[in-house]
Amino acid sequence: MNIMFWIIAVITLGSALLMVLNKNIFHSALFMVVTFLGVAAIYMMLQADFLAAVQILVYGGAITIFIIFGIMLTVRGNMKQTNLFSKNAALAGLVSLALIVINAIMVLMTDWPVSENAPPVETVGHIAELMLTKFIVPFEVVAVLLLVALLGAIIIAKEVKKTS
Amino acid sequence: MIGLNHFLVFSGTLFCIGLFGALAKRNAIAILMGLEVMLTAVNVNLVAISRYVTPEALVGQVFAVFVIAVAAAEVAVGLALIVAIYRNRISVNVEDFDWLKW
Repeated sequence: MNIMFWIIAVITLGSALLMVLNKNIFHSALFMVVTFLGVAAIYMMLQADFLAAVQILVYGGAITIFIIFGIMLTVRGNMKQTNLFSKNAALAGLVSLALIVINAIMVLMTDWPVSENAPPVETVGHIAELMLTKFIVPFEVVAVLLLVALLGAIIIAKEVKKTS
Repeated sequence: MIGLNHFLVFSGTLFCIGLFGALAKRNAIAILMGLEVMLTAVNVNLVAISRYVTPEALVGQVFAVFVIAVAAAEVAVGLALIVAIYRNRISVNVEDFDWLKW
């Protein structure tokens, strides 16, 4: 458990960093997949097996395909210099680094009320029960949101015809 | 022993790497990728706190499922917007998107 956590954490954070630093946006997208799969392994380690499967399906599958479609539809010619830093990269790096340090200090200073109870072995049934009883309204709202996003994406991306 | 602190520092670091990608990149799709990494880091946070603070309740995992659904909707609409803007400007460089300033 200990060694596995460190290996997975280093792979995940390292590929996230390579995703950000890479100059070729297609390579960035591939490193993003490695990051998502590493996060799925972290979910496994937290005994959230259903979420690990959803992570691989939705992030590793659907969102990656979306992003690669977007890259293929918008980038032309040479791929080598497609993902450069903007003018304020140094400032952004400073802010992110400061936020990492502040977050780590705050987490280590806080006294978390950790419970000793064991998590349930089987999570899918419990999640389904919660979603269809206590969280039924957010569940339906998310269903409507997905439908609206689907229709909105089609309408926005569709070619606008001149009416005159 | 790996505990809650390790997972929280991990997810905070992942969030900040995503934030750096979203703030420092020039390509609009790279910014969208940074946003996705940020949302994933938030999910790790929710699941870790759910696992260690209230292990029998699973509410954090339900929240994480909702966040994943919203992230999928967001990336679909975001990419549609980028494709529509690309059609007008033949560019995905966010420094070229300057309709709202002079």
